[in-house]
This record gives sequence, C-alpha cells and structure tokens, in this order.
Amino acid sequence: MSVELDVFVVNTTIMDEEVYQLWLDGYTVNDAVKVRMEGGVLEGCEASAEVLHSDTMDQYRTFQMCERLLHSPVKLANQLLFQIPPHRQVMLIERYYAFDSVFVREVLGKKLSKGTKKDLDDVSAKTGVTLKSCRRQFDNFKRVFKVVEELKGPLVENIRQHFLLSDKLARDYAAIVFFANNRFETGKKKLHYLTFQDFAFCAGQLISNWTVGALGDYNMVEDMDVDLEKEFLQDLKELKILITDRDLLDQHKSLVCTALRGKTKAFNEMEANFKNLSRGLVNIAAKLTNTKEVRDFFIDLVEKFIEPCRSDKWTAGDMRLYLTHYTNSAHVLDTFKHQVVWDRYMGVIKSCILKMYHD
Amino acid sequence: MPGKLKAKIVAGRHLPVMDRASDLTDAFVEVKFGNTTFKTDVFPKSLNPQWNSEWFKFEVDDEDLQDEPLQITVLDHDTYSANDAIGKVYIDIDPLLSCEAATVISGWLPIYDTIHGIRGEINVLVKVDLFNDLNRFRQSSCGVKFFCTTSIPRCYRVALVHGFVEELVVNEDPEYQWIDRIRTPRASNEARQRLISLMSGELQRKIGLKVLEMGGNAVVGYLQCFDLEGESGLVVRAIGTACTLDKLSPGTAPNTTTHTNTHTLPNTAPTSNACNSPSKDSKEPVFSEDPPHSLSGPPTPLRTLPSSSPPPFSPSKPCSRQSSSSDTDLSLTPRIGKTSPASSPSPPLSAPFLIPTQKLTVLFILLSQFIEFPIFTLTCFPPGFLVHVGGVVSTRSVKLLDRIHNPVLGNTRSYKLLDWNSVAADEPETRDAWWEEIRQEIKSHAKALGCHAVVGYSESTSICEEVCILSASGTAAMLNPRFMREGCLDTGGSDHRFEDASPPSCGFVHIPYDEFNMPFPAQLTYCYHCRRQKVPDVLFTTIDLPAEAEVTGKGCLIQARLCRTKKKAQGEVNATSISNLLPFMEYELHTQLMNKLKLRSMNALFGLRIQISVGENMLLGLASATGVYLSALPAPGGIQIAGKTPSDLSYDQHISTMQKRIDDTIAKNKELYNIHPPECIEEVVGSPIPDRQRSSRLFRSTSESSDELSELDLSHGKKDAFVLEIDDTDAVEDIQSLLTDAPIPAGFYSCNTEVMPGIHNWTSGLQMFTSVRVYRLSNANLTNQGLNKIFTDLCENLLKSLYFKLRSMIPCCLCHLNFTVAVPEEELIQVRGHTYLSTPLLLWSGENEEQLQFSMELCGESTISNNQPTAKPSAPSVDYGSFADRCSTWLELLRLKAHTIRRGSVKTSRRTQLLAHSGIANQQPVSLPCGAPVTVVKMTPLSFLPGTRIVKYLGIINMFFIRETTSLREEGGVSGFLHSFIAEVFAMVRAHVAALGGNALVSYSMKECVFMENPNKNQAQCLINVSGDAVIFIRESDQEAIPPLLTSRQTSSTGADGTT
Repeated sequence: MSVELDVFVVNTTIMDEEVYQLWLDGYTVNDAVKVRMEGGVLEGCEASAEVLHSDTMDQYRTFQMCERLLHSPVKLANQLLFQIPPHRQVMLIERYYAFDSVFVREVLGKKLSKGTKKDLDDVSAKTGVTLKSCRRQFDNFKRVFKVVEELKGPLVENIRQHFLLSDKLARDYAAIVFFANNRFETGKKKLHYLTFQDFAFCAGQLISNWTVGALGDYNMVEDMDVDLEKEFLQDLKELKILITDRDLLDQHKSLVCTALRGKTKAFNEMEANFKNLSRGLVNIAAKLTNTKEVRDFFIDLVEKFIEPCRSDKWTAGDMRLYLTHYTNSAHVLDTFKHQVVWDRYMGVIKSCILKMYHD
Repeated sequence: MPGKLKAKIVAGRHLPVMDRASDLTDAFVEVKFGNTTFKTDVFPKSLNPQWNSEWFKFEVDDEDLQDEPLQITVLDHDTYSANDAIGKVYIDIDPLLSCEAATVISGWLPIYDTIHGIRGEINVLVKVDLFNDLNRFRQSSCGVKFFCTTSIPRCYRVALVHGFVEELVVNEDPEYQWIDRIRTPRASNEARQRLISLMSGELQRKIGLKVLEMGGNAVVGYLQCFDLEGESGLVVRAIGTACTLDKLSPGTAPNTTTHTNTHTLPNTAPTSNACNSPSKDSKEPVFSEDPPHSLSGPPTPLRTLPSSSPPPFSPSKPCSRQSSSSDTDLSLTPRIGKTSPASSPSPPLSAPFLIPTQKLTVLFILLSQFIEFPIFTLTCFPPGFLVHVGGVVSTRSVKLLDRIHNPVLGNTRSYKLLDWNSVAADEPETRDAWWEEIRQEIKSHAKALGCHAVVGYSESTSICEEVCILSASGTAAMLNPRFMREGCLDTGGSDHRFEDASPPSCGFVHIPYDEFNMPFPAQLTYCYHCRRQKVPDVLFTTIDLPAEAEVTGKGCLIQARLCRTKKKAQGEVNATSISNLLPFMEYELHTQLMNKLKLRSMNALFGLRIQISVGENMLLGLASATGVYLSALPAPGGIQIAGKTPSDLSYDQHISTMQKRIDDTIAKNKELYNIHPPECIEEVVGSPIPDRQRSSRLFRSTSESSDELSELDLSHGKKDAFVLEIDDTDAVEDIQSLLTDAPIPAGFYSCNTEVMPGIHNWTSGLQMFTSVRVYRLSNANLTNQGLNKIFTDLCENLLKSLYFKLRSMIPCCLCHLNFTVAVPEEELIQVRGHTYLSTPLLLWSGENEEQLQFSMELCGESTISNNQPTAKPSAPSVDYGSFADRCSTWLELLRLKAHTIRRGSVKTSRRTQLLAHSGIANQQPVSLPCGAPVTVVKMTPLSFLPGTRIVKYLGIINMFFIRETTSLREEGGVSGFLHSFIAEVFAMVRAHVAALGGNALVSYSMKECVFMENPNKNQAQCLINVSGDAVIFIRESDQEAIPPLLTSRQTSSTGADGTT
C-alpha cells in the first residue's frame, strides 16, 4: 500500500513558520522532516513520521505555489488564489526576501549576471548555504535590481513600494543594488574582515551624500540614487591642492597636530604619518572620476588609511578624534577654497572609515 | 416574458503573457449569453487591460435566464493567426433573479482555463432587469429561493413546509460523444462544464416550478448530484424540501442574534426559528402558540401548563402579537380544519396526550392527504416540528446502467438541452422510476416503524463501470402537522392534541411505534426524563441533534469502516454478487457502530451517514455518525466477551484480559466524554421479545440479518450488556479493531453534525479544509481482514494527520467532519485498488480551556446534567425525584427556561466581547500599499457562523469545474496538480461569493471530486463540484453586548430579544 496522492487544502491558508524557514533554507522534504523530528514537533502528538512527512509535503507545495506570487509581492495582496491574512503576507514576503549575510558578502559588488549565477555552487560550498537557497537569494537581488533599474525616484522608497519590504530590508537591498551597479570590489582578502552591514552602512552614506539624488533635488532622474554624481567627482580633483601645495600640507598638519596634542596616546604616530595618510585620502578622492578606481574605493580606503592606522594601534576613539580634526582644520586654511566639496567628501569618508575600523 | 440581462466588462489584471516577443498581451473579451455574443475592443499590449466597455444588453426569456450561464471569454488578439483563448468565466445569473437575493454581480473573478487553471482576473458588472411574469403556464420559476442549508435559513421564518421535491435531467456526456475524438481536450472540457451548468440551471428551474405549483416560495436542503455514468450519459438530479418562507424584517433581526447561539442552548431555540410576521416588528415567536390564547381565549387549565407545548417561550416577554398577517393566517384555519376534523381546533382538554396509535393514524391521514412523499431533506428543525423519531431507514438498490437509447449521437448544436420528453423519453423515465421505487421503499420502512415521515433524507450513488448502487437513507419520524398545513402554524389550539404531555427535551425519543407490535426486537424502558413514555435503548438517526435534546457529557465522532472483496465480474453477475454482499456489509457496519457506541458509553447516534462504494474488486463501507448520551435514554450496558468454547484456562484468561481492556476503555471514555449519568432506579419494561437481542434501529431493506447473534446465557454483568462472542479469528479481529481506534488527542473534539453536543462556546475563528488521499493497494490477494485493517488505518491516519496539522489551534472542534470514499476506476488488468478519501470538513477553534469551563458553568445547570461541583441543587434536570409532581415540574421547567434565556443572553454578551476583540485583529484591511484589499470570504459546511449573524442570503452557489493537464510531472505530480486545483476552486468560489456582495459561504460541500490520472502519458484530469449558500454575515459588535452581570428579569428579556 502506498500513498499515491495526499492533499490538504484550507480556505485560509495555514503556514507553519518553521517549515517555511526550512523551505527557504533549501532543505529537501526529507531533510526538513528530519529537522522537524529532531526539533521535537511530534512530542505530545500521537503522530508518526508519516504524518509529519505528509504535512511537510503539503506545506512545501503551498510555498511553491506562493513563490510565483512572491516574485511580485504587490500581487500577493490582491491575488485570489490564496486567502492569506495581511500580517501573514508581510511575514511571507519579509522572510522570502531575507538573505544570509555570508552569502550576500560573496556576491556583493559582483555583476548580477548569468556567469555569477553559474558560480553559485562554489559560493554554496564555501558558505554552507544550500544551492537552492543561494539561487533564491541571488534571484531576489537580480529581480530587485532589474525593477529599480528602470524606475525614477529614490531607491529605498522604490524598493519598499515594489517589494513591500520593511525599511531595514529595503535599505539593505538598496545597498546591494548600489554595489552591484558600481561594481565595488569587496572580495579582496584585505576586505574579508568587513561584514555586509559595514558595506551596507557605507553604501547608505554614499547614496545619501554622493549621488545625484543626494542634493535633495528630486527631479526624478533615472538611477539618481545608483550613480555617483559626475560633477561632484570632477570637483573632487580640486582637493589635490591639499597635498600638492606644500605650504597647505604643512599648515594643515600643524593645525591638526596642535589640536591633537596631548589628547591621544597615538599622537606621535599620527604626527609621523600625517602626510602619508592625508595623501592617501586625497588621492582616493582625486581618482574617483575613473570608474575603475571607483571599484577600488573600499580597498583603497583600507590599504591607504585603515591599515597604517591599525598597525599603529590607533583606537576607535583616536580615529574619530583624528578624522574630526583633520576635516575641521581644513576650514581654517586660508588658501583652501573647496570647503563644500571637502565637507561632502570627508563626511562620507569619516563615517565609512569609522564603520570599517574594526578587527 | 423576457428579462434584460446587462453586463459590463471593466478591466482585467494579472493576465498571462500571450505574446512571447513583447511579453505582453492584446486582450479582448467576448460576452455570450444564449446565442448572442458581444465583443469588447482589443486593449493592446497590456497585462492589466482597462476595457471599460459599454453595457452589453441581452434580451432573453426568463427561462433562459435560469438555465443559461453568462459566458465571458477572454482572448488574445492575433492579427495573423486565430485568436488564442486565455480563459473563461461562467456566471450563474440565478441569484439575481430573486428580489431577496443579490442585486448585482460585481467584482474580480478569476479567469479559468481547464488546461492552465486560473489565468488572471477580470472585473465585471452584471445586472438583470426582470419583468414579472404572471402567466400560469410559464416554464420559468424565477424568484424561488434555493438553499443548500438543511435547516430553516437564519433570517427567515418558515410558514409552511410543503414537502419533498425532486427532479432529474439526463443528457449525453460530451466526453463520450464521437466529436470528442477530434476536438481538443479544452473544447471537450468546456463543453462538459457548460452542459452541466445548463443542466443544473434547468434542473433548478424545474424544481422551482414544482415548488410554485405546491404554493411554496423556497427550496431548503437543496441537494444536487451528478452521476457520471460514462457511456450511458450524465444524470443531474436534485432533491429538496419545498417551503414557504417569510423574510424576517430587519427590525426583528436581533432575534436571530440570539439565534446564532441557540443551538447551544436548547431552550432558547424557539427564539431563533421563531419568527415574526414579516411586516411587523413584534418580538413574539410565532411558534409559541400560547400567547395568542392567553390573549384571545379564556385560560383553560391546560394553558396554565405551557410546557405541554413543545416550543418554549419566554414568559417574561410581553405579548405583542397583533400582527395582521398572522391574523390572516389564522383566518385560513377553518378551511383546513374542515378537510381533516382531527386538526380542528376543538378544545384540547380532552386528554393531556393521545396514546401513540391514535396519534399515528391521525397524523398519517393528515399527511398523506397532502404529500405524496412525506420526505424531508432537512436535518435541523424548528422546535416542535419533530414529534417522535423512529430510527434510521435506508434502502440500497443495485442497477445496471444500460444505454437504452442512442439518440442524436454527435449532435453538437451548441449543447442546447434536448427535450427529453420528446426525443428520448426512456432514460430520465428509467432513472426517475428507479428513484421512485427507492423512495417508496423508504416510505414503507418508515411506516413499518410507525412513522409517517422521513426526515434528514439524502440520496447517493456509487458507480463502477456499468454497475450503480443507488442509496437512500433518512430517519423515520413523526412530525407535527401544523407545519405542513396552511394556517395550522398559527392556530394554537389544533395541535395540542398531537403533543405529548412530556417536556420537549425528551419527546422526540419516545417510540412512535406500537410497543406490543414492534417492527424489530428492542428493549424498551420508560423515558428517563419524563417517566411517562417508552423509549428504546439506543437510537440511530440521520438528523442533527435537536436543539431541545438533553445530552449528558460530550459527543464524539464514531466511524465504522468495512472492506469486502468481491470477484471481478460483468453485468448481471456482478450486480447480483454486489447485491448479495450489501446486506452483510450493512449488518457489519451496524454491529461496528453499535460496539463503538457502547464502548464510548453512549446511547444515540446523530448524523449517521453510511456510504457504500463499489469498485471492480471490492466494496467499501464507511459509516460516520456523532455519538451522544441522551439523558432520556437508558444508560448503555457494557460489552461482554464470551468464548464459544470455554475449554482451557489460558483461553479464559485471554478472554478475561480482553474483557478487562474493554471495561477500562469504557471507564476511560466515560471520563473523556464527561458522561456521568445520574444513577436512578432501573425499571426495565419487559418487551415482548426477549432481551439480549441486538436491538437495532437500523431498518434494513434486506432484513435477513436481523438475528444472527446466537443467544448466550450471561450470568454476569448487566442485563442489557452487549455480548461479543469470540469464536473465530474474525471476532478477535473485530475486538482488536474496536480497541485500536486511536483516542482523540487532548484538546480536540470531533463530530459530523453541525454542532458538537456538549460544547457551547464557539469562537468565530474557523477554518475549513479539504483533504484528499489516494492509496494504492499493492497486494492483489488481500483478505477481507487485511483490507479492513488497511482501510481502518487509512481513515485513522487521515484523522491523525488532521489533528497534527491543527495542533496549534487547540482546543478546537472538528465539526461536520465528512468522509467520502471511492474506489476509482482501474486501467487494464489491475492488481491494485485505490482508496480515495475526500474530507471537506471544518474546524472551529475553541476558546481556551478556562473559558470553556466558564461557559459550561453558565449553561450547565440547564442543559447538561454534568458532574460539576457547582451544579445548583435546583437544577430540575438532575433532580428526577421532583418529576413526580407534573405540575411542579412544568413550573420548574418554565423557570428553567427563563433562566436559560437570561443566561443565554449573558453568555452572548460575554462572547461578543471576546469576538469583538478578535474581530479587530481579523478585520484589519489589507494594509499593503498597492491594490484594493481582497474581501475575506469564509467558507463553512455548517449552516451558520458562530459569533456572527447572517443578515442576508444572496443565493446558491453551485459550480462545476474540470481541470486537465498534460504536464503532470511539471505541475508537481498528482498531489501538486490536485492541490492547486482545489486551491483554485476555493478561490473561484470565494470570488463569486464576493462578487455577489457576500462575505461567507455556508453549507458548503464538495459533492463530487473525481480524479483520473494516466502517469504514463503524464496526464491527469479532475472534476469538482462544489455548492453552498452565499451569505452576508456581520459580527456581533460590542454595542450589542450586555454587561455580563445582569440578573433582573427586565434585562434578561431584552437580552433574549436581542440587543440593538
């Protein structure tokens, strides 16, 4: 005797969140049954593994049928096939679009292309995330990317509206889209210590300060939040004077050192390294007009600034102190005329470095 | 006379991509009714087209309006090739034809394709302008209301019950027409869907005509079935109960508020069905005949004993009965009175009650004058309707399906129904004759039980190849004729003669037959409630537990399952072997039921449904019922096990351990179901036939098996103990299976009736589900025992599975748990058998335990004689001693009613608050930013939704869908295919209910679910038929709530009347 067909359909769709998670995580039905058994779901019920298997199958089928709708979450609200209470819908969407930080770290900044998708089995092997789950997450990224690519208006808001995601998740997706679009290099060994949240924070900073949309002038240009503002990048070249003009450099150094003296144990190292560090930061700025250099933005930050500081054992406090004075002192320089660009640049750099300055 | 049908196509959404190149669709719509077709413009390149068409107007006969569905086809325009169909929507116009139902159909309806399933949605508007037709010879019956509900619909009062209506139409099955060989599967499926839609329309119209002839205006308990007879055609048949219903005016609606809770409180029930005259706001239940008399006539001694009339009333209510319409009713009385002197309003002082025989004859004359078949499809009745219940009557008949005629083969003229009376008179006649024969037999069984009517009647078929088993079953009963006759309803005087002077809570169990001339061996005792009348020891019925019945403890689902192998055979031989097997199956199912009932220490079965399905090499029997302990019936005896040959010691020991296990189980069950009947002196009335016989209430058409149990001398145990004899392995198996029924997990209750006996606090958190399973039996040479075991396991597993899935909702109750078994056809030489279980059922999620306790305490004193320590000493139902004095009992009872009503209202308010609370959570509109929120539509097989009030019936939903696939594997195999199909059917039903303006479907049932597959060809096909009543319900809001601590009479009466 074998079960040929086994179906259970409810009017108001019942979903077990635990099974949903197992499904999202790419477990097969048999594995999911095993996990559930170990989780003790059968305790207190006089049910056999068979019952559990049938229940898991039913739920998996439901999820599979829902998946099509989840691809365009707006449809989920006005589709008629499943009667799902609103709060459940929110849960379904949020969980479906959630991603593993280990996974996202692997594809962050990569082109969301077929080629990348082909390599997902390597990613899966490396991260321990099942291939099925990897594919779902990758497809989610790609789907969001494709949709917002063609839309005008603020990026986060677009994502939130089209995918009905929470603010937090929408921001994360904005970061992923931003990284994918600008192809920032994140995979170098030196960047391995950085988490997705570090990058997401930086992306948020860049989006809200360095893009066209950042000016607050919402004339609804395509990609206004995705591309860095060309004019601004051009202006950044002017900052070079801070390192090319010897007087200015010395003046800047003395101003910073005066302010820092006695306030930190790492003062000597700061003083000794000032010129190097300043050159590093200003050079990064000057090179950003080149798309290739943009990709190396984070690796440059780490190599030119974070690593030297770390080897000098600066504390996070030291870093904050240094960057604050470094930024502010430039305002006092008489011959330095690019205060606005400087602030716009250093504001982002400062918060990014502070976020990225950890072990 | 014509009517004007108007349709407007507004928009579409989520359409599928039909043009691969552009990923878009150029959609347009064809609107077809009868032979007229309109088209919208093409809306180019969009998946969300906005047609906003003009109003398409169809001027048609109202006959066509009833028969034909409005057919909407969405197509993709293609310049170079033929236009591709996206899908169709069939809209049943019928709900728009009754002025009391829906007025417009408007909303998003899924576009359905039989191959691809749902493909987007379309927004339509449909209206009907109907001109009244007063032609006597008309063929249409617009305006007759149809209800699937097998009780009087909630916002109506019944003025008259006319009786049984039936109709049957036959046509060729398009699937078997020659043209099917050349057309596409899609065309064939659509032809079938359309034909069945037409046939059901025609059937409904014809039944409507019969109802109009009888003078009624509604059909209640409408049950429509399809017989897919294959080669020999397609039969659509329907039965129902014709009634005259009056709509309750909105002002009286609060009455129904109380009503929705009343099933839990027997004594308040009358308020519910009772109803006010249509135009007046009077709060007086029409069924309570006493008030008018206390107004109009001098109080007679009898009047002071109001409890002699079954419909209890609230004495605290003011008598505000001056409605003119009831006066007119009253004026009709004399006319009827003449036709039958027995019912004339003579002074009812002559005797407090008539002896059964007299009563029987009188009633019989009355009824037979009016109703050809005194058969009722209702399972729930207005209080006082049911006088006595005899027992289950059932008939089965095995027929061979023959293709009698071969008319117009290949006639495809738009599938217009053939006029069968002229073209092929044979077939419907044959089918009609078959059913007529069966109904006559049922009637004669009922007569043998001393009853004049059959209630809770249903018919079914099981077809395998050319063999067809026709089954009918019902409950023999004595009815109160005043519901059947014009005017009688409102005249108080005439019917007192037919009442027992017994309280309503036990009257219906009193035997209707002559105790000295019993139709079958039974053990009679005096009623444990009134001590005046004889009652049987066990009672089996197909109806729901009457609201006024007094129950001890809780009820539970009882199932008997049976499997019998048979040889494969053809034609006559096959039919004979099946009909030879049937009586044995019935007998065994019955024995199983009886054993299980005793094991649970219960004495009555309600909602009994025995299904026998035929397959090629086996017969399956499945009997489900809800067992209860009726306080009025004697306590069931235990089960005794006896060995036939008490030879050696180990054998005796074996028996005694078995006996012990059984005794333990009984004791455990008593605890579980809270059955603690009050101990009282046993006074067994000697029945003329020796005891110890199996006392069966099941009256079989084949009666050869009545006394097969050999007599045994039982020196030990109670006199009426039930004996199980172990003489062979069969018996051991039986006992094993008896004991292996898995106990229900804690927190679950289940029953197959509308309400769970013994549980009174429902929440509105309900969930309806359908589960289908198909098993393949691997071994061809299975024995009966082996099959039985497998079959039992299947059923148990299904139940276990349900309990597991719903574990998060406990405490909850599975109501209307309905199992259907089938043995689908087999391909080629098969060595396997399929078992097919479909269970549309429903779940009520209960409140938590604490509240359960709370509520039990509230109504415990009146309805359940439970063992609660808080039971008040004044509770008359427990104190049987006080029944010595009848007058005082009545007074006691009266007081009790007042109590109950008051408490009922308290309970209502209490629950209302809880509901209101939960309502906030549930009724939150879809907060997602895009798209209009989809109306939440509840579906339930029950006729009501707890905690809510049905304010309007919008019409019957009766839909038939076919789904076929040629890519079974790609759709997730058979399970995936069926899962999505059932989900789609639900979605379409919900959408149609919502388009009618409703928010729930009550009395939902999935009558047909035929599944066929051919995995080798990667194909599968499934047919589903669902039906129900679309309704609008509203939650009982906070405003209606009364503070729970009301005690004064004043407030209690307002509470009972309903709070506005």
